[in-house]
Amino acid sequence: MTASENSLAKAAAALREEPGDGLAVAVWATLKRDLVLMLRRRSEVLNPLVFFALVITLFPIGISPDPALLAAIAPGLLWVAALLAALLSLDSLFRADYDDGSLEQLLLTPQPLALLALAKVAVHWLLTGLPLALMAPVLGIMLSLPAGSYVVLAISLALGSASLSLIGAIGAALTVGLSRGGVLLSLLVLPLYIPVLIFGAGAVQAAILGDGVLAHLAILGALLALALSLAPLAIAASLRISING
Amino acid sequence: MWAFINKLRSPKWFYAISARLQPWFWAAALILIVTGTIWGLAFAPADYQQGNSFRIIYVHVPAAFLAQSIFVSMAITGLVFMVWKIKIADMAATVMAPLGAAMTFIALFSGAVWGVPTWGTWWMWDARLTSMLILLFLYLGVIALRGAFASRDSASRAASVLAMVGVINIPIIKYSVEWWYTLHQPATFTITGRVGMPMEMWLPLLIMVLGFYSFFIALVLTRTRSEILRRESNKRWVRELVEEAN
Repeated sequence: MTASENSLAKAAAALREEPGDGLAVAVWATLKRDLVLMLRRRSEVLNPLVFFALVITLFPIGISPDPALLAAIAPGLLWVAALLAALLSLDSLFRADYDDGSLEQLLLTPQPLALLALAKVAVHWLLTGLPLALMAPVLGIMLSLPAGSYVVLAISLALGSASLSLIGAIGAALTVGLSRGGVLLSLLVLPLYIPVLIFGAGAVQAAILGDGVLAHLAILGALLALALSLAPLAIAASLRISING
Repeated sequence: MWAFINKLRSPKWFYAISARLQPWFWAAALILIVTGTIWGLAFAPADYQQGNSFRIIYVHVPAAFLAQSIFVSMAITGLVFMVWKIKIADMAATVMAPLGAAMTFIALFSGAVWGVPTWGTWWMWDARLTSMLILLFLYLGVIALRGAFASRDSASRAASVLAMVGVINIPIIKYSVEWWYTLHQPATFTITGRVGMPMEMWLPLLIMVLGFYSFFIALVLTRTRSEILRRESNKRWVRELVEEAN
């Protein structure tokens, strides 16, 4: 029995218990299963990071290697590239589960699908958004990002990418049943990413100028709170549409 | 209330009632738009700063109003479809999407043309232009998603969810973009607040806005009727209707 089947069996066993306990067990089992699966497919964790580094490498080559120029556009470049890297990884969020049928099992459980989907999104953020946020300062050095903004860059990306994962998961859930959903997914999701991009890149910009960054981070937090409360419902509804359709 | 909702469930009832309603809306749209156009283009005074170029407002503002209202109506019909499974609501949402995208494009295009004499450039990354452009992308997303599904029911429900997600995001996008950068003049047209322009310029604009809304309602009614015929083509009453027509 593989680890994933094992956790599924545990999740199934949890369903037979009382609803309250069962929910916590089911969410925990989903979290653990997804973590194990993602860590086994290491390339899926590494690819967005490599993509991020590659895109950042393209800009000095395409625009100019002049440090002053790069420093001026670095906050936006880093944020846009990280956003695209996160977007790239979204297509696989539900794909494997859809293909092997475990998504259907998830739908059949009496536990609220929204919370189980939230657990999956949390794993996605943990293995995509968070590594991107931790890697961004290194790429910031290469773009001669002014000192004093590195911590803000990492924090804003960590906060913002959680919203990106949640919003993106809606798009991923809507397109998981389509055979060529990749480009469509970006068409659906990118317009919704704009507020996060504005305040994320704005936070880094403010840190460079020496303005207060707390306002930006607070708004990023507010966007995350909103996404956290509403997106799981939309994800669950979208998954039901994709499975039943 | 329930009796009314149950009636709405029946495409046949809607087909009959819309046949009676649509001539009124078409007539209203025609009269209002013709009056508004002639008044706005020929009789309203020229702006003391912008000269005659300000007359683009009579197309630009109504189109921009509609562009936003149509998205909201699309989300509302989507919600109605998801909650009460009323097919008419989804048919209306289907025909609204391309119309909304077209209105957004008209607003963007007329804005760009207007930008040449006033700002000296076709495009500015200012707040309202940018959020309009994003709105256009949201419309295109809904249209593309609807087209991507093989089954009509899934397509309808997916498009409804996306329209609802979009409508929650529109104010957030709008305010964050506004916060990001603004260069556009503040809104000149409000129905409630203080009127920011002289009466003889404002009245034709009001007429144009009302005309555009009537046009929208009329067009949605007409196109929903053809959508009903298309989707219900295997029902008996539609067949009888077609035979009668032949």
